[in-house]
Amino acid sequence: MIEISHVSHQIAGASILSDVSLTIPRGGITALIGPNGAGKSTLLSLIARLTPLQGGQITVDGADVTMTPTDALARRLSILRQDNSVAARLTVADLVGFGRYPHHKGRPTAEDRVHVEQALEMMGLHPLSGRFLDELSGGQRQRAFVAMVLAQDTDYVLLDEPLNNLDMKHARQMMERLKEAAQASGKSFVIVVHDINFAAAYADLIVALKDGRLHSLGTPEEIVNRPCLRDVFELDIAVETVGGHPFALHQIAPEPLVDT
Amino acid sequence: MPSDSAASLPFAAQRAMRIKPLVILAVLALAAVVLFLTLGVPAGAWEFALSFRTGKLVGLILVAFAIATSTQLFHAATRNQILTPAIMGFDALYLMIQTSLVFGMGAMATLDIDPLVKFTAEVLVMMGFSTALFLWLFTARSRDLHLLVLVGIIFGTLFRSLSNFISRMIDPNEFVVVQGAMFARFNTVNIDLLWISIGLTTLTLPVLWHMRHQFDVLALGRETAIGLGLRYRRVMFAAFGMIGLLVSVSTALVGPVTFFGLLVVHLAYRILPGARFAPTLLASSLIAIITLVGGQAVYEHVLGLQGTLSVVIDALGGITFLYLLLKGVRR
Ligand SMILES: Nc1ncnc2c1ncn2[C@@H]1O[C@H](COP(=O)(O)OP(=O)(O)O)[C@@H](O)[C@H]1O
Ligand SMILES: [Mg+2]
Repeated sequence: MIEISHVSHQIAGASILSDVSLTIPRGGITALIGPNGAGKSTLLSLIARLTPLQGGQITVDGADVTMTPTDALARRLSILRQDNSVAARLTVADLVGFGRYPHHKGRPTAEDRVHVEQALEMMGLHPLSGRFLDELSGGQRQRAFVAMVLAQDTDYVLLDEPLNNLDMKHARQMMERLKEAAQASGKSFVIVVHDINFAAAYADLIVALKDGRLHSLGTPEEIVNRPCLRDVFELDIAVETVGGHPFALHQIAPEPLVDT
Repeated sequence: MPSDSAASLPFAAQRAMRIKPLVILAVLALAAVVLFLTLGVPAGAWEFALSFRTGKLVGLILVAFAIATSTQLFHAATRNQILTPAIMGFDALYLMIQTSLVFGMGAMATLDIDPLVKFTAEVLVMMGFSTALFLWLFTARSRDLHLLVLVGIIFGTLFRSLSNFISRMIDPNEFVVVQGAMFARFNTVNIDLLWISIGLTTLTLPVLWHMRHQFDVLALGRETAIGLGLRYRRVMFAAFGMIGLLVSVSTALVGPVTFFGLLVVHLAYRILPGARFAPTLLASSLIAIITLVGGQAVYEHVLGLQGTLSVVIDALGGITFLYLLLKGVRR
Protein backbone atom coordinates (compact mmCIF):
# COMPACT_ATOMS: atom_id res chain seq x y z
CA MET A 1 0.00 0.00 0.00
CA ILE A 2 0.93 3.62 -0.41
CA GLU A 3 0.91 5.56 2.83
CA ILE A 4 0.82 9.31 2.64
CA SER A 5 1.20 11.04 5.96
CA HIS A 6 1.02 14.74 6.68
CA VAL A 7 2.18 15.78 3.24
CA SER A 8 2.26 19.52 2.62
CA HIS A 9 3.60 21.27 -0.43
CA GLN A 10 4.18 24.88 -1.36
CA ILE A 11 5.19 26.58 -4.57
CA ALA A 12 6.52 30.12 -4.27
CA GLY A 13 4.86 30.60 -0.92
CA ALA A 14 1.46 29.41 -2.13
CA SER A 15 0.11 26.35 -0.39
CA ILE A 16 -0.65 23.59 -2.92
CA LEU A 17 -1.21 20.68 -0.54
CA SER A 18 -1.92 21.01 3.17
CA ASP A 19 -1.45 18.14 5.57
CA VAL A 20 -2.72 15.36 3.32
CA SER A 21 -2.82 11.93 4.96
CA LEU A 22 -4.31 8.87 3.35
CA THR A 23 -3.65 5.23 2.62
CA ILE A 24 -4.04 3.74 -0.84
CA PRO A 25 -4.60 0.00 -0.48
CA ARG A 26 -2.72 -2.70 -2.36
CA GLY A 27 -4.61 -4.07 -5.36
CA GLY A 28 -7.51 -2.55 -7.27
CA ILE A 29 -8.31 0.83 -8.71
CA THR A 30 -8.22 4.02 -6.71
CA ALA A 31 -9.69 7.06 -8.43
CA LEU A 32 -8.42 10.50 -7.52
CA ILE A 33 -11.00 13.19 -8.19
CA GLY A 34 -11.35 16.89 -7.53
CA PRO A 35 -11.66 20.20 -9.34
CA ASN A 36 -8.88 21.67 -11.50
CA GLY A 37 -6.06 22.87 -9.30
CA ALA A 38 -7.04 20.69 -6.34
CA GLY A 39 -3.52 19.27 -6.21
CA LYS A 40 -4.07 15.85 -7.77
CA SER A 41 -1.13 16.03 -10.17
CA THR A 42 1.09 17.47 -7.48
CA LEU A 43 0.24 14.61 -5.14
CA LEU A 44 1.01 12.00 -7.82
CA SER A 45 4.36 13.55 -8.69
CA LEU A 46 5.29 13.64 -5.01
CA ILE A 47 4.44 9.93 -4.65
CA ALA A 48 6.53 9.18 -7.76
CA ARG A 49 9.45 11.37 -6.47
CA LEU A 50 9.30 13.57 -9.59
CA THR A 51 8.91 16.54 -7.27
CA PRO A 52 11.03 16.65 -4.11
CA LEU A 53 8.95 16.13 -0.98
CA GLN A 54 8.86 19.24 1.23
CA GLY A 55 6.98 18.03 4.27
CA GLY A 56 5.50 14.77 5.48
CA GLN A 57 6.27 11.23 4.45
CA ILE A 58 5.27 8.89 1.64
CA THR A 59 5.97 5.16 1.67
CA VAL A 60 5.29 2.51 -0.95
CA ASP A 61 4.97 -0.93 0.66
CA GLY A 62 6.91 0.48 3.58
CA ALA A 63 9.74 1.98 1.50
CA ASP A 64 10.18 5.72 1.92
CA VAL A 65 10.12 7.24 -1.57
CA THR A 66 12.78 9.82 -0.69
CA MET A 67 15.22 7.18 0.59
CA THR A 68 14.64 4.27 -1.80
CA PRO A 69 17.18 4.09 -4.64
CA THR A 70 15.42 5.58 -7.62
CA ASP A 71 16.01 2.61 -9.93
CA ALA A 72 14.61 0.18 -7.37
CA LEU A 73 11.52 2.35 -7.01
CA ALA A 74 11.10 2.36 -10.80
CA ARG A 75 10.58 -1.40 -10.68
CA ARG A 76 7.84 -0.97 -8.10
CA LEU A 77 6.01 2.14 -9.14
CA SER A 78 5.41 3.85 -12.47
CA ILE A 79 3.75 7.12 -13.43
CA LEU A 80 2.02 8.60 -16.44
CA ARG A 81 2.11 12.37 -16.26
CA GLN A 82 -0.70 14.64 -17.33
CA ASP A 83 1.37 16.29 -20.09
CA ASN A 84 3.54 14.02 -22.14
CA SER A 85 5.85 14.87 -24.98
CA VAL A 86 9.27 13.77 -26.08
CA ALA A 87 11.75 15.82 -28.04
CA ALA A 88 13.56 12.86 -29.54
CA ARG A 89 12.13 11.21 -32.62
CA LEU A 90 10.79 7.85 -31.46
CA THR A 91 8.56 5.12 -32.81
CA VAL A 92 5.71 3.79 -30.72
CA ALA A 93 7.53 0.47 -30.22
CA ASP A 94 10.69 2.30 -29.10
CA LEU A 95 8.77 4.47 -26.66
CA VAL A 96 6.98 1.48 -25.13
CA GLY A 97 10.34 -0.32 -25.04
CA PHE A 98 11.70 2.41 -22.76
CA GLY A 99 9.15 1.29 -20.19
CA ARG A 100 11.36 -1.78 -19.73
CA TYR A 101 14.48 0.26 -19.00
CA PRO A 102 14.26 -0.15 -15.20
CA HIS A 103 14.45 -3.91 -15.73
CA HIS A 104 17.06 -4.29 -18.45
CA LYS A 105 19.06 -1.05 -18.17
CA GLY A 106 19.61 -0.93 -21.92
CA ARG A 107 19.97 -4.58 -22.86
CA PRO A 108 16.47 -5.93 -23.55
CA THR A 109 15.92 -9.66 -23.16
CA ALA A 110 13.26 -11.87 -24.72
CA GLU A 111 11.15 -11.35 -21.59
CA ASP A 112 11.29 -7.58 -22.04
CA ARG A 113 10.06 -7.92 -25.60
CA VAL A 114 7.14 -10.03 -24.42
CA HIS A 115 6.14 -7.29 -21.99
CA VAL A 116 6.38 -4.67 -24.76
CA GLU A 117 4.23 -6.82 -27.02
CA GLN A 118 1.65 -7.27 -24.28
CA ALA A 119 1.50 -3.56 -23.55
CA LEU A 120 1.11 -2.73 -27.26
CA GLU A 121 -1.62 -5.35 -27.49
CA MET A 122 -3.39 -4.07 -24.40
CA MET A 123 -3.58 -0.54 -25.79
CA GLY A 124 -4.47 -1.73 -29.30
CA LEU A 125 -1.30 -0.25 -30.75
CA HIS A 126 -0.06 -3.11 -32.88
CA PRO A 127 -0.96 -1.54 -36.22
CA LEU A 128 0.83 1.67 -35.14
CA SER A 129 3.94 0.23 -33.50
CA GLY A 130 6.30 1.31 -36.29
CA ARG A 131 4.95 4.87 -36.51
CA PHE A 132 6.80 7.87 -35.16
CA LEU A 133 5.08 9.63 -32.27
CA ASP A 134 4.73 12.84 -34.23
CA GLU A 135 2.74 10.93 -36.83
CA LEU A 136 -0.07 9.99 -34.39
CA SER A 137 -3.32 11.58 -33.30
CA GLY A 138 -3.54 12.91 -29.76
CA GLY A 139 -5.48 9.90 -28.54
CA GLN A 140 -3.15 7.42 -30.20
CA ARG A 141 -0.16 9.15 -28.64
CA GLN A 142 -1.87 9.07 -25.24
CA ARG A 143 -2.34 5.31 -25.60
CA ALA A 144 1.33 4.93 -26.51
CA PHE A 145 2.39 6.71 -23.31
CA VAL A 146 0.03 4.58 -21.25
CA ALA A 147 1.45 1.45 -22.93
CA MET A 148 4.95 2.57 -21.97
CA VAL A 149 3.91 2.83 -18.32
CA LEU A 150 2.17 -0.55 -18.46
CA ALA A 151 5.28 -2.16 -19.97
CA GLN A 152 7.15 -1.05 -16.87
CA ASP A 153 5.10 -3.76 -15.14
CA THR A 154 5.10 -2.32 -11.64
CA ASP A 155 2.89 -3.22 -8.69
CA TYR A 156 1.78 0.40 -8.42
CA VAL A 157 0.78 2.41 -11.46
CA LEU A 158 -0.08 6.10 -11.16
CA LEU A 159 -1.99 7.47 -14.14
CA ASP A 160 -2.67 11.20 -14.34
CA GLU A 161 -5.70 11.65 -16.60
CA PRO A 162 -5.04 8.59 -18.79
CA LEU A 163 -8.35 9.12 -20.58
CA ASN A 164 -7.25 12.49 -22.02
CA ASN A 165 -7.94 12.72 -25.75
CA LEU A 166 -9.50 9.25 -25.92
CA ASP A 167 -12.73 8.57 -27.77
CA MET A 168 -15.57 6.73 -25.99
CA LYS A 169 -14.52 3.34 -27.22
CA HIS A 170 -10.90 3.65 -26.20
CA ALA A 171 -11.76 5.28 -22.88
CA ARG A 172 -14.03 2.41 -21.92
CA GLN A 173 -11.56 -0.15 -23.22
CA MET A 174 -8.75 1.33 -21.20
CA MET A 175 -10.76 1.27 -17.98
CA GLU A 176 -11.87 -2.31 -18.63
CA ARG A 177 -8.33 -3.47 -19.25
CA LEU A 178 -6.98 -1.73 -16.20
CA LYS A 179 -9.70 -3.36 -14.14
CA GLU A 180 -8.80 -6.77 -15.61
CA ALA A 181 -5.13 -6.20 -14.86
CA ALA A 182 -5.95 -5.15 -11.31
CA GLN A 183 -8.04 -8.26 -10.77
CA ALA A 184 -5.77 -10.73 -12.56
CA SER A 185 -2.40 -9.68 -11.20
CA GLY A 186 -3.20 -7.75 -8.06
CA LYS A 187 -1.76 -4.52 -9.41
CA SER A 188 -2.77 -1.21 -7.90
CA PHE A 189 -3.79 1.65 -10.16
CA VAL A 190 -4.20 5.19 -8.96
CA ILE A 191 -6.04 7.12 -11.62
CA VAL A 192 -6.96 10.76 -11.95
CA VAL A 193 -10.26 10.93 -13.84
CA HIS A 194 -12.47 13.84 -14.67
CA ASP A 195 -15.45 11.84 -15.80
CA ILE A 196 -16.85 10.92 -12.42
CA ASN A 197 -18.84 8.07 -13.95
CA PHE A 198 -15.69 6.18 -14.87
CA ALA A 199 -14.65 6.47 -11.24
CA ALA A 200 -18.08 5.33 -10.11
CA ALA A 201 -18.11 2.31 -12.42
CA TYR A 202 -14.54 1.05 -12.15
CA ALA A 203 -12.93 2.29 -8.95
CA ASP A 204 -12.81 0.33 -5.73
CA LEU A 205 -11.98 3.47 -3.79
CA ILE A 206 -12.50 7.12 -4.59
CA VAL A 207 -10.37 9.85 -3.06
CA ALA A 208 -11.64 13.41 -3.39
CA LEU A 209 -9.21 16.31 -3.09
CA LYS A 210 -10.25 19.93 -2.82
CA ASP A 211 -8.12 23.03 -2.36
CA GLY A 212 -5.05 20.96 -1.54
CA ARG A 213 -6.77 19.00 1.23
CA LEU A 214 -8.20 15.53 1.46
CA HIS A 215 -11.92 16.15 1.19
CA SER A 216 -13.31 12.65 1.49
CA LEU A 217 -12.50 9.05 0.77
CA GLY A 218 -14.81 6.11 0.26
CA THR A 219 -16.60 3.66 -2.02
CA PRO A 220 -18.26 4.98 -5.20
CA GLU A 221 -21.61 5.03 -3.37
CA GLU A 222 -20.16 7.07 -0.53
CA ILE A 223 -18.61 9.70 -2.82
CA VAL A 224 -20.74 9.80 -5.95
CA ASN A 225 -23.93 11.26 -4.52
CA ARG A 226 -25.49 14.64 -4.85
CA PRO A 227 -24.43 16.24 -1.52
CA CYS A 228 -20.85 15.00 -1.66
CA LEU A 229 -20.31 16.03 -5.30
CA ARG A 230 -21.85 19.41 -4.63
CA ASP A 231 -19.40 19.92 -1.84
CA VAL A 232 -16.33 18.80 -3.81
CA PHE A 233 -17.08 20.44 -7.15
CA GLU A 234 -19.41 23.23 -6.02
CA LEU A 235 -21.86 22.05 -8.62
CA ASP A 236 -25.31 20.61 -8.23
CA ILE A 237 -25.33 17.20 -9.95
CA ALA A 238 -28.21 14.74 -10.08
CA VAL A 239 -27.15 11.13 -9.44
CA GLU A 240 -29.10 8.10 -10.68
CA THR A 241 -28.34 4.44 -10.33
CA VAL A 242 -27.49 2.54 -13.52
CA GLY A 243 -26.48 -1.12 -13.52
CA GLY A 244 -25.82 -1.01 -9.80
CA HIS A 245 -23.42 1.95 -10.11
CA PRO A 246 -24.16 5.52 -9.17
CA PHE A 247 -24.34 7.56 -12.33
CA ALA A 248 -23.90 11.33 -12.31
CA LEU A 249 -25.80 13.40 -14.85
CA HIS A 250 -23.26 16.18 -14.69
CA GLN A 251 -23.75 17.56 -18.19
CA ILE A 252 -27.05 19.26 -17.39
CA ALA A 253 -28.37 21.21 -14.44
CA PRO A 254 -30.83 19.11 -12.42
CA GLU A 255 -34.25 20.10 -11.16
CA PRO A 256 -33.55 22.03 -7.99
CA LEU A 257 -34.15 20.05 -4.81
CA VAL A 258 -36.89 21.51 -2.69
CA ASP A 259 -35.40 20.55 0.64
CA THR A 260 -31.73 20.80 1.84
CA MET B 1 0.41 -13.34 -29.02
CA PRO B 2 3.17 -13.19 -31.60
CA SER B 3 6.03 -15.55 -30.97
CA ASP B 4 9.21 -14.24 -29.48
CA SER B 5 11.19 -14.42 -32.70
CA ALA B 6 8.50 -12.51 -34.57
CA ALA B 7 8.53 -9.92 -31.83
CA SER B 8 12.24 -9.39 -32.13
CA LEU B 9 12.22 -9.26 -35.91
CA PRO B 10 11.51 -5.54 -36.26
CA PHE B 11 14.46 -4.82 -33.99
CA ALA B 12 16.78 -6.92 -36.13
CA ALA B 13 15.41 -5.33 -39.29
CA GLN B 14 15.95 -1.89 -37.81
CA ARG B 15 19.50 -2.70 -36.92
CA ALA B 16 20.20 -3.90 -40.47
CA MET B 17 18.69 -0.69 -41.86
CA ARG B 18 21.15 1.31 -39.79
CA ILE B 19 24.30 -0.56 -40.69
CA LYS B 20 24.27 0.45 -44.35
CA PRO B 21 24.35 4.24 -43.97
CA LEU B 22 27.01 3.87 -41.28
CA VAL B 23 29.20 1.81 -43.59
CA ILE B 24 28.79 4.35 -46.38
CA LEU B 25 29.70 7.18 -44.01
CA ALA B 26 32.74 5.26 -42.78
CA VAL B 27 33.94 4.71 -46.34
CA LEU B 28 33.46 8.40 -47.17
CA ALA B 29 35.33 9.42 -44.01
CA LEU B 30 38.18 7.11 -44.94
CA ALA B 31 38.26 8.60 -48.42
CA ALA B 32 38.40 12.10 -46.93
CA VAL B 33 41.32 11.05 -44.75
CA VAL B 34 43.22 9.57 -47.70
CA LEU B 35 42.56 12.66 -49.81
CA PHE B 36 43.70 14.93 -47.04
CA LEU B 37 46.97 13.04 -46.65
CA THR B 38 47.81 12.62 -50.33
CA LEU B 39 46.29 15.45 -52.38
CA GLY B 40 48.81 17.74 -54.02
CA VAL B 41 51.91 16.42 -52.29
CA PRO B 42 54.92 17.64 -54.28
CA ALA B 43 57.16 14.84 -55.57
CA GLY B 44 59.96 14.03 -53.17
CA ALA B 45 58.27 15.73 -50.25
CA TRP B 46 56.24 12.74 -49.15
CA GLU B 47 57.91 12.10 -45.87
CA PHE B 48 57.68 15.69 -44.71
CA ALA B 49 54.14 16.18 -45.99
CA LEU B 50 52.86 13.01 -44.39
CA SER B 51 54.28 13.69 -40.97
CA PHE B 52 53.14 17.31 -41.12
CA ARG B 53 49.67 16.46 -42.34
CA THR B 54 49.14 13.57 -39.91
CA GLY B 55 49.32 15.91 -36.92
CA LYS B 56 46.79 18.24 -38.48
CA LEU B 57 44.58 15.33 -39.48
CA VAL B 58 44.47 13.96 -35.95
CA GLY B 59 43.61 17.46 -34.72
CA LEU B 60 40.74 17.80 -37.19
CA ILE B 61 39.38 14.36 -36.31
CA LEU B 62 39.47 15.26 -32.61
CA VAL B 63 37.63 18.50 -33.33
CA ALA B 64 35.04 16.68 -35.45
CA PHE B 65 34.39 14.14 -32.71
CA ALA B 66 34.38 16.75 -29.92
CA ILE B 67 31.89 19.02 -31.66
CA ALA B 68 29.54 16.22 -32.73
CA THR B 69 29.59 14.62 -29.29
CA SER B 70 29.15 17.80 -27.27
CA THR B 71 26.26 18.86 -29.49
CA GLN B 72 24.48 15.54 -29.19
CA LEU B 73 24.99 15.36 -25.43
CA PHE B 74 23.60 18.87 -25.18
CA HIS B 75 20.51 17.88 -27.16
CA ALA B 76 19.91 14.85 -24.96
CA ALA B 77 20.40 16.82 -21.76
CA THR B 78 18.34 19.87 -22.67
CA ARG B 79 15.56 18.15 -24.55
CA ASN B 80 15.77 20.36 -27.57
CA GLN B 81 17.36 19.96 -30.95
CA ILE B 82 18.01 23.57 -31.91
CA LEU B 83 20.40 24.88 -29.30
CA THR B 84 23.98 23.67 -29.18
CA PRO B 85 26.84 24.40 -26.79
CA ALA B 86 28.35 26.73 -29.38
CA ILE B 87 25.11 28.64 -29.89
CA MET B 88 24.73 28.89 -26.12
CA GLY B 89 28.18 30.49 -25.95
CA PHE B 90 30.21 27.65 -24.40
CA ASP B 91 33.14 28.32 -26.71
CA ALA B 92 33.02 32.01 -25.84
CA LEU B 93 33.07 31.01 -22.19
CA TYR B 94 36.26 29.05 -22.83
CA LEU B 95 37.83 32.04 -24.58
CA MET B 96 36.81 34.23 -21.68
CA ILE B 97 38.54 31.90 -19.23
CA GLN B 98 41.63 32.00 -21.41
CA THR B 99 41.72 35.78 -21.74
CA SER B 100 41.04 36.25 -18.05
CA LEU B 101 44.03 34.07 -17.29
CA VAL B 102 46.32 36.12 -19.52
CA PHE B 103 44.91 39.31 -18.07
CA GLY B 104 45.27 38.12 -14.49
CA MET B 105 48.77 36.78 -14.76
CA GLY B 106 50.26 38.76 -17.62
CA ALA B 107 51.20 37.22 -20.91
CA MET B 108 54.80 36.64 -19.96
CA ALA B 109 53.85 34.72 -16.85
CA THR B 110 51.29 32.78 -18.88
CA LEU B 111 53.88 31.85 -21.43
CA ASP B 112 56.12 30.61 -18.64
CA ILE B 113 53.60 28.06 -17.44
CA ASP B 114 53.84 24.66 -19.03
CA PRO B 115 51.15 24.80 -21.76
CA LEU B 116 49.89 21.41 -20.69
CA VAL B 117 49.36 22.54 -17.12
CA LYS B 118 47.72 25.72 -18.33
CA PHE B 119 45.42 23.86 -20.70
CA THR B 120 44.43 21.29 -18.08
CA ALA B 121 43.62 24.06 -15.64
CA GLU B 122 41.54 25.84 -18.26
CA VAL B 123 39.64 22.66 -19.05
CA LEU B 124 38.91 22.06 -15.38
CA VAL B 125 37.68 25.61 -14.83
CA MET B 126 35.60 25.30 -17.96
CA MET B 127 34.04 22.02 -16.80
CA GLY B 128 33.19 23.59 -13.47
CA PHE B 129 31.68 26.69 -15.03
CA SER B 130 29.66 24.90 -17.65
CA THR B 131 28.17 22.36 -15.24
CA ALA B 132 27.29 25.06 -12.73
CA LEU B 133 25.79 27.41 -15.30
CA PHE B 134 23.80 24.89 -17.21
CA LEU B 135 22.64 22.78 -14.31
CA TRP B 136 21.21 25.99 -12.96
CA LEU B 137 19.56 26.73 -16.29
CA PHE B 138 18.26 23.31 -17.16
CA THR B 139 17.54 21.22 -14.10
CA ALA B 140 15.01 23.36 -12.30
CA ARG B 141 12.06 22.76 -14.60
CA SER B 142 11.39 22.38 -18.26
CA ARG B 143 11.73 25.75 -19.89
CA ASP B 144 10.27 27.29 -22.95
CA LEU B 145 12.50 26.72 -25.95
CA HIS B 146 12.20 30.25 -27.26
CA LEU B 147 13.24 31.63 -23.91
CA LEU B 148 16.29 29.37 -24.00
CA VAL B 149 17.24 30.51 -27.50
CA LEU B 150 17.16 34.08 -26.22
CA VAL B 151 19.10 33.26 -23.06
CA GLY B 152 21.65 31.38 -25.13
CA ILE B 153 22.19 34.22 -27.54
CA ILE B 154 22.50 36.66 -24.66
CA PHE B 155 25.01 34.43 -22.87
CA GLY B 156 27.01 33.90 -26.05
CA THR B 157 27.16 37.62 -26.72
CA LEU B 158 27.98 38.35 -23.09
CA PHE B 159 30.89 35.91 -22.97
CA ARG B 160 32.23 37.08 -26.32
CA SER B 161 32.02 40.75 -25.35
CA LEU B 162 33.60 40.07 -21.99
CA SER B 163 36.52 38.23 -23.51
CA ASN B 164 36.89 41.00 -26.10
CA PHE B 165 36.75 43.61 -23.37
CA ILE B 166 39.35 41.85 -21.28
CA SER B 167 41.60 41.40 -24.27
CA ARG B 168 41.37 45.17 -24.95
CA MET B 169 42.64 45.84 -21.48
CA ILE B 170 45.58 43.57 -22.09
CA ASP B 171 48.79 45.25 -23.19
CA PRO B 172 48.81 45.17 -27.04
CA ASN B 173 52.00 43.14 -26.99
CA GLU B 174 50.39 40.56 -24.81
CA PHE B 175 47.22 40.55 -26.86
CA VAL B 176 49.02 38.56 -29.54
CA VAL B 177 49.04 35.62 -27.14
CA VAL B 178 45.25 35.38 -27.09
CA GLN B 179 44.34 36.86 -30.45
CA GLY B 180 45.08 33.67 -32.31
CA ALA B 181 42.53 31.81 -30.23
CA MET B 182 39.60 33.99 -31.21
CA PHE B 183 38.91 32.88 -34.74
CA ALA B 184 38.32 29.48 -36.20
CA ARG B 185 41.30 28.31 -38.23
CA PHE B 186 41.21 24.78 -39.47
CA ASN B 187 44.41 25.17 -41.46
CA THR B 188 46.54 25.87 -38.41
CA VAL B 189 45.54 23.32 -35.83
CA ASN B 190 47.19 24.01 -32.51
CA ILE B 191 49.67 21.12 -32.60
CA ASP B 192 51.21 21.88 -29.19
CA LEU B 193 48.05 20.75 -27.45
CA LEU B 194 47.51 17.68 -29.62
CA TRP B 195 48.73 15.03 -27.20
CA ILE B 196 46.88 16.32 -24.20
CA SER B 197 43.76 16.77 -26.34
CA ILE B 198 44.00 13.17 -27.48
CA GLY B 199 44.34 12.13 -23.86
CA LEU B 200 41.41 14.19 -22.59
CA THR B 201 39.13 13.20 -25.45
CA THR B 202 39.97 9.54 -24.98
CA LEU B 203 38.88 9.87 -21.36
CA THR B 204 35.32 10.52 -22.51
CA LEU B 205 35.09 7.38 -24.63
CA PRO B 206 34.57 4.78 -21.88
CA VAL B 207 32.14 7.12 -20.12
CA LEU B 208 30.15 7.64 -23.31
CA TRP B 209 30.05 3.92 -23.99
CA HIS B 210 29.11 3.03 -20.44
CA MET B 211 26.36 5.67 -20.27
CA ARG B 212 24.99 5.43 -23.80
CA HIS B 213 21.67 3.90 -22.72
CA GLN B 214 21.34 6.42 -19.93
CA PHE B 215 21.64 9.24 -22.45
CA ASP B 216 18.79 7.68 -24.42
CA VAL B 217 16.62 7.81 -21.31
CA LEU B 218 17.85 11.32 -20.46
CA ALA B 219 16.61 12.52 -23.85
CA LEU B 220 13.05 11.58 -22.83
CA GLY B 221 13.01 14.53 -20.46
CA ARG B 222 13.49 14.99 -16.73
CA GLU B 223 10.21 13.57 -15.40
CA THR B 224 10.06 10.55 -17.68
CA ALA B 225 13.72 9.79 -17.00
CA ILE B 226 13.24 9.92 -13.23
CA GLY B 227 10.10 7.82 -13.57
CA LEU B 228 12.24 5.19 -15.31
CA GLY B 229 14.69 5.25 -12.42
CA LEU B 230 17.48 7.29 -14.01
CA ARG B 231 19.82 9.04 -11.56
CA TYR B 232 19.00 12.29 -13.25
CA ARG B 233 21.38 14.72 -11.57
CA ARG B 234 24.31 12.36 -11.86
CA VAL B 235 23.74 11.81 -15.57
CA MET B 236 23.29 15.56 -16.13
CA PHE B 237 26.59 16.21 -14.34
CA ALA B 238 28.34 13.65 -16.50
CA ALA B 239 26.83 15.13 -19.66
CA PHE B 240 27.73 18.72 -18.86
CA GLY B 241 31.17 17.79 -17.57
CA MET B 242 31.94 16.09 -20.87
CA ILE B 243 30.43 18.97 -22.84
CA GLY B 244 32.74 21.39 -21.00
CA LEU B 245 35.75 19.20 -21.71
CA LEU B 246 34.97 18.61 -25.37
CA VAL B 247 34.19 22.26 -26.10
CA SER B 248 37.52 23.23 -24.47
CA VAL B 249 39.38 20.75 -26.64
CA SER B 250 37.83 21.85 -29.90
CA THR B 251 38.06 25.55 -29.12
CA ALA B 252 41.68 25.22 -28.03
CA LEU B 253 42.59 23.32 -31.18
CA VAL B 254 40.85 25.40 -33.87
CA GLY B 255 38.93 28.21 -32.17
CA PRO B 256 35.18 28.78 -32.03
CA VAL B 257 32.87 27.32 -34.69
CA THR B 258 29.31 28.33 -34.03
CA PHE B 259 27.00 26.28 -36.23
CA PHE B 260 29.09 23.28 -37.26
CA GLY B 261 27.72 21.01 -34.52
CA LEU B 262 24.13 21.78 -35.42
CA LEU B 263 24.80 20.99 -39.08
CA VAL B 264 26.41 17.58 -38.60
CA VAL B 265 24.10 16.39 -35.86
CA HIS B 266 20.99 17.24 -37.84
CA LEU B 267 22.35 15.43 -40.86
CA ALA B 268 22.81 12.40 -38.61
CA TYR B 269 19.24 12.73 -37.29
CA ARG B 270 18.06 12.74 -40.90
CA ILE B 271 20.16 9.78 -41.97
CA LEU B 272 19.22 7.62 -38.96
CA PRO B 273 15.74 8.78 -37.92
CA GLY B 274 14.72 7.48 -34.52
CA ALA B 275 18.12 5.88 -33.85
CA ARG B 276 19.62 5.66 -30.38
CA PHE B 277 22.40 7.81 -28.97
CA ALA B 278 25.31 5.52 -29.83
CA PRO B 279 24.64 4.88 -33.55
CA THR B 280 23.64 8.51 -34.04
CA LEU B 281 26.89 9.62 -32.42
CA LEU B 282 28.84 7.38 -34.75
CA ALA B 283 27.01 8.88 -37.72
CA SER B 284 27.39 12.49 -36.61
CA SER B 285 31.10 12.03 -35.86
CA LEU B 286 31.69 10.47 -39.28
CA ILE B 287 29.76 13.27 -40.98
CA ALA B 288 31.83 15.81 -39.05
CA ILE B 289 35.04 14.09 -40.18
CA ILE B 290 33.88 13.98 -43.80
CA THR B 291 32.96 17.67 -43.76
CA LEU B 292 35.99 18.92 -41.90
CA VAL B 293 38.77 16.69 -43.25
CA GLY B 294 37.31 16.39 -46.76
CA GLY B 295 36.50 20.09 -46.88
CA GLN B 296 39.93 21.06 -45.68
CA ALA B 297 41.58 18.73 -48.22
CA VAL B 298 39.70 20.36 -51.06
CA TYR B 299 40.14 23.89 -49.77
CA GLU B 300 43.76 23.70 -48.90
CA HIS B 301 45.18 21.30 -51.42
CA VAL B 302 42.93 21.73 -54.46
CA LEU B 303 41.75 25.33 -54.31
CA GLY B 304 44.78 26.53 -52.40
CA LEU B 305 42.59 28.72 -50.19
CA GLN B 306 43.46 29.30 -46.58
CA GLY B 307 41.22 29.53 -43.59
CA THR B 308 37.93 30.12 -45.38
CA LEU B 309 36.44 26.67 -44.77
CA SER B 310 35.16 27.74 -41.36
CA VAL B 311 33.22 30.55 -43.01
CA VAL B 312 31.56 28.18 -45.46
CA ILE B 313 30.75 25.61 -42.78
CA ASP B 314 29.33 28.21 -40.44
CA ALA B 315 27.26 29.70 -43.22
CA LEU B 316 25.76 26.27 -44.01
CA GLY B 317 25.19 25.63 -40.32
CA GLY B 318 23.66 29.06 -39.88
CA ILE B 319 21.20 28.36 -42.65
CA THR B 320 20.32 25.07 -40.94
CA PHE B 321 19.75 26.96 -37.68
CA LEU B 322 17.42 29.45 -39.36
CA TYR B 323 15.57 26.68 -41.15
CA LEU B 324 15.05 24.76 -37.89
CA LEU B 325 13.90 27.86 -36.04
CA LEU B 326 11.43 28.79 -38.76
CA LYS B 327 10.17 25.24 -39.08
CA GLY B 328 9.60 25.22 -35.30
CA VAL B 329 11.44 21.99 -34.71
CA ARG B 330 9.96 19.47 -32.28
CA ARG B 331 10.85 20.29 -28.74
N1 LIG C 1 4.80 25.39 -11.34
C1 LIG C 1 3.80 25.92 -10.65
N2 LIG C 1 3.88 27.17 -10.20
C2 LIG C 1 2.88 27.71 -9.48
N3 LIG C 1 1.77 27.08 -9.19
C3 LIG C 1 1.62 25.81 -9.62
C4 LIG C 1 2.63 25.16 -10.37
N4 LIG C 1 2.21 23.92 -10.66
C5 LIG C 1 1.00 23.80 -10.12
N5 LIG C 1 0.63 24.95 -9.50
C6 LIG C 1 -0.61 25.17 -8.78
O1 LIG C 1 -0.80 24.11 -7.89
C7 LIG C 1 -2.17 23.81 -7.79
C8 LIG C 1 -2.37 22.32 -7.97
O2 LIG C 1 -2.00 21.96 -9.28
P1 LIG C 1 -2.21 20.48 -9.79
O3 LIG C 1 -1.64 19.54 -8.79
O4 LIG C 1 -1.69 20.42 -11.17
O5 LIG C 1 -3.80 20.38 -9.79
P2 LIG C 1 -4.75 19.29 -10.44
O6 LIG C 1 -3.91 18.23 -11.06
O7 LIG C 1 -5.57 18.79 -9.30
O8 LIG C 1 -5.61 20.00 -11.44
C9 LIG C 1 -2.89 24.66 -8.82
O9 LIG C 1 -3.53 25.71 -8.16
C10 LIG C 1 -1.79 25.17 -9.70
O10 LIG C 1 -2.11 26.45 -10.14
MG1 LIG D 1 -3.67 17.65 -12.96
